[in-house]
Amino acid sequence: MLLSDFLRHDLLLAGTHVGCEHGVCGACTVIFDGAAVRSCLMFAAQADGHNITTVEGLAPDREHLHPLQESMRDCHGLQCGYCTPGILMTMKVFLDENPSPDEAKVREALSGNLCRCTGYQHIVDAVLLAARRLRG
Amino acid sequence: MTTRSFGAPIKRNEDSRLLSGQALFVDDVELPGMLYAAFLRSNVAHARIRSIDTATARAREGVVAVYTAADLGNYWAPGPLLVPPPPISGTVFNQRTQVPLARDKVRHVGEPLAVVLAQSRYVAEDALADIVVDLDALPAVVDLERAITPDTARVHEDVHSNVAAHVRQSRGNYAAARARADRVIARRFHYDHGASSPIETRGIVCQWDARAGQLTVWDTTQAPVFLRNGLAGMLGLSERQVRVIAPFVGGGFGPKIMLFYPEEVVLPWAAMKLNRPIKWIEDRLEHFFATTHERGQIHDAEIALSPDGKILGIKDVFLHDTGAYNPYGLTVPINSQCTLLGPYVVPNYNSTFTAVFTNKPIVTPYRGAGRQHGVFVIERLLDIAARELGIDRAEIRRRNFIPPDAFPYNNEIIYQDFTPLEYDSGDYEPILDRAIELIGYREFLDKEQPRLRAAGRHVGIGIACYVEGTGIGPYEGAKVQVQANGRVSVATGIGTQGQGHFTSFAQIAADQVGVDVGNIDVVTGDTDQFYWGAGTFASRGAVVAGNAVNEAAKVVRQKIIKLAAEHFECAEEDLEIRNGEVSVVGIPGKAVKLGELALKANPMRGAVRPGTEPGLESTQYFGPPRGATASGVHAMIVEVDPQTFTLEVLKYVVVHDCGAIINPLILAGQIHGGVAQGIGNAFYEQLHFDAEGQLLNASLADYLLPSALEVPRMEIAHTVTPSPLNPLGIKGAGEAGAIPVGPLFAQAIEDALELAASKTELLEIPLSPNRLFELTTKRR
Amino acid sequence: MKPPPFRYIAARTLEQALALKAEYGDDGRFLAGGQSLVPTLNFRLTQPAVLIDINPLDGCGGRLGAEPDKVRLGALTRYRSIERDAAMARDFPLIEEALPHIAHPQIRNRGTIGGNLAHADPASEMPAIVVALGGRVRAQSRRADRWIDAAEFFVGALTTALEPDEMLTEVELPVATPNSGSCFMEVARRRGDFALIGVACIVQIDERGRCAGARIALCSAGDTPIHADDAATSLIGEALSVAQIDQAADLVQRAIDPGGNVHASKEFQRHLAGVLTKRALATANERAQRVQ
Repeated sequence: MLLSDFLRHDLLLAGTHVGCEHGVCGACTVIFDGAAVRSCLMFAAQADGHNITTVEGLAPDREHLHPLQESMRDCHGLQCGYCTPGILMTMKVFLDENPSPDEAKVREALSGNLCRCTGYQHIVDAVLLAARRLRG
Repeated sequence: MTTRSFGAPIKRNEDSRLLSGQALFVDDVELPGMLYAAFLRSNVAHARIRSIDTATARAREGVVAVYTAADLGNYWAPGPLLVPPPPISGTVFNQRTQVPLARDKVRHVGEPLAVVLAQSRYVAEDALADIVVDLDALPAVVDLERAITPDTARVHEDVHSNVAAHVRQSRGNYAAARARADRVIARRFHYDHGASSPIETRGIVCQWDARAGQLTVWDTTQAPVFLRNGLAGMLGLSERQVRVIAPFVGGGFGPKIMLFYPEEVVLPWAAMKLNRPIKWIEDRLEHFFATTHERGQIHDAEIALSPDGKILGIKDVFLHDTGAYNPYGLTVPINSQCTLLGPYVVPNYNSTFTAVFTNKPIVTPYRGAGRQHGVFVIERLLDIAARELGIDRAEIRRRNFIPPDAFPYNNEIIYQDFTPLEYDSGDYEPILDRAIELIGYREFLDKEQPRLRAAGRHVGIGIACYVEGTGIGPYEGAKVQVQANGRVSVATGIGTQGQGHFTSFAQIAADQVGVDVGNIDVVTGDTDQFYWGAGTFASRGAVVAGNAVNEAAKVVRQKIIKLAAEHFECAEEDLEIRNGEVSVVGIPGKAVKLGELALKANPMRGAVRPGTEPGLESTQYFGPPRGATASGVHAMIVEVDPQTFTLEVLKYVVVHDCGAIINPLILAGQIHGGVAQGIGNAFYEQLHFDAEGQLLNASLADYLLPSALEVPRMEIAHTVTPSPLNPLGIKGAGEAGAIPVGPLFAQAIEDALELAASKTELLEIPLSPNRLFELTTKRR
Repeated sequence: MKPPPFRYIAARTLEQALALKAEYGDDGRFLAGGQSLVPTLNFRLTQPAVLIDINPLDGCGGRLGAEPDKVRLGALTRYRSIERDAAMARDFPLIEEALPHIAHPQIRNRGTIGGNLAHADPASEMPAIVVALGGRVRAQSRRADRWIDAAEFFVGALTTALEPDEMLTEVELPVATPNSGSCFMEVARRRGDFALIGVACIVQIDERGRCAGARIALCSAGDTPIHADDAATSLIGEALSVAQIDQAADLVQRAIDPGGNVHASKEFQRHLAGVLTKRALATANERAQRVQ
């Protein structure tokens, strides 16, 4: 069983979405041992003994959102929201490793996540805003 | 006075759920005892079915049932015609609609032959390999021009020369115009549009409760109400017994409004037969065949002009690929016919098309819905005319604009809503002027381009105009209701696929009922919550449903004021509603919360005056007499590598007029997304079919959706000509971004590579580095 | 697009992995990064009976041993760690330049160099780079332990010289010499897509700036990475001039046999090979001159 199916249908963590099952669209991206990976290209059995964070684990608690999530909302960085969890997990790791990116670097980091609704501009704005907010 | 919500860039109500993974999409529905479906699909484009043997599949452990067309019995029937041909005299229309499971013949790769129901999708897919199909392959009808020759294979046995339809529309007298024209330019154009490829594919979950006599269907559809009505009819149920829920949908773009897809017809039937809930989630590979897309047209067009570049007339004859079936009628080619006219005065117009059956998946509207094809033709003809007549590209457009005092402007020919194409309002010169200013048109042509060319760089500029008919009928409805807790609910029949309806409709209601946008709950896409509605398509949601919301909210406001006036025993004029409270102007402290008023309006006991309606609610409908016309201009500066033919967009500007703006943030998002799809269409996406009707690039690795590195940052500006056709003055905006990008790319690339010098013209979309190489080295 | 049924075995030691491969032969496939393998399963293009997961193996990733002129990498070294290794960037500027073109960050987080090479996709960048560098790979089995030169390793499309019971365990790459410059370039439809054509070249110069050695390898130019030997040799002797580079590019175009695909005709691929060879050689030479 694919890791994406295990997360969604066995663990009922349906926030991780499936878009292609061949590793191109990035909608299924989760954080595996601190790195962003395509859960559709791993098997559930491979997760044994490892650390996985899905979008449900991004917000610090029920009342608050992570600065990335807030910035996405503030900048209208999502429309249908289907690609969004994958983008959030990718960008979370990216910002952890790159606290002061420029637009070009953000777009490069985003290039492995396809969005069909937004044209990416507001997503880039959101990531740059989140970076500023996280820097304090 | 509180700040108006309408027009404000308010953040979306729906976002926190979507951002935390708490929003329900169809594949998130989990029901006890659920079975999983997989469809066996034809891997041949055209064949007679000799036999289908499902015995081994049925015997596989974990498989509960396998059905073919034979098992459907009397239930098997071709689907209904969703859109009849418009009332244009002389029209030929041969209706041939899709079937639930192929019987006797398969007509495109991917057409379903059988369905497996199993304990998991994994097992169901294993079982597909057990099914033995005996097909007699027939020659595939793929090429449009060959398809209409009399001796070619027939997609439908009784349809001669694969002619699905033939339509001719005209205005004035083109022949006379041509005769007196100083210049006539004729060209052949190829325009190919592609697969909408939303990140969420289609999906259905059906659940039949035999004891309650209730069928519930979760579907990624853009038209839940009509799906409900059709399913009820097919299954012998009454509409009240069927509930269709389109929850959060991950992108629609048109193909999700196609109705009675085979899966939508077969699975509810199977759920009732087996008395088990069934889930089917289309995988990405299936999506390329099982979901509709748009494809190509071939235009032989000519334009007759005066020496100063004024259009005297246009003649266009085109072929339109409709695929193996034509359930959606003629919407796409009619849009091509009509949108070709653009913002220009075209006194004489003669347009004829032949829709052609082919052995490829069905063509139905995809964002732009055929408008792209028409816009490509006119914009390219004007570019060629500009070059031949020595007139600047922007100037020749300006000379032909419909003047601002000519509205409403009647183009006379029939549009997709079956009414004559009348532009309600518009003012095109200011849009062009703003686009020219923002892109730095003159500065670029006079200074930047020569400077960069001297440095060996190949840069070009493009500018393209369009008019888009939006906000068409028939109607939508909305129910607005103040609840006891003071929150206001707004229910409407259309669905949502990301357009921000939860917020934009709340903004419209907020201004009327005096409640904060965040305290308004919008419900869409559930047929139990609202009974009537046509669906989300043709850039009509905001216009039609938005106005229905406005009408209903207005009535609710009146009820609030009336009741409050009785409550305070004062005149209605003395009241104001603000922040969810009704208060008497000038008397602080004399206020009542809306929730309290709502309770007052629904007494448990006592007598009321005859004619009183309970609660503070109202249901209203809005149906415009015709569509509202939005318009815009796109401009772009591009750099092309003259050896590799790769390109980079250096600057992109959109100036857009969609009438009154509800939420500028949401509007910008719609435009960005549309342009991104337009860029995909212009330079990256192409469905490559071979001569046997096989799709060669059915994966996201090879069907190229633009990423964040291919879509540039865009600058957007607006002009506003309100629509006189609805009280809010709004026009639709959903498709605008996608429409003129093709001709924009062709024009800018021609400029960048100075193709005029070698007399090379770009008369086709999509382009690509490979294609530019072929065209510039004259190898075809 | 669910994968077909298979038996999953997680190997804990190299011995166990080799024993399993000996037992199953071609019916068993190694699961390393899975970024190339799993899509083929999800598309049901391959249906291996057994997947031997070698991710748990310790000591099979990262640098193994240290020699001044060579670097040995474990087959399970993920691209992610190569990206973040400053020493790798210094020693292999060719790889550093190619990395942003290899798929996307998420793929590189899991994808391994061994898995990438063993998959032998003709359009993949790393096989061409390893050929350009003149590296070699270590193939181990229960019965043998051998080194295979990169030039011999890639036998056909998706086919290597590995026997059914062998596992690729190490990659050995000669470090860039101080008097050289390298360049990797590719043309792809989108960043991270498979190249329409990719060129990896290395130019070595002597103390007078004359070309003392050259390597040119291409991906997407045939069924395997193509090493344009004649073209490379033609450059040796003089300081590189435009005319010589043009001639080499011509020879490259004659050495390759691109198959064409939906994105590029053979003619276009051949044309691009010429264009990129010229550009890459000029850049490599410039870089070599600069070091001097």
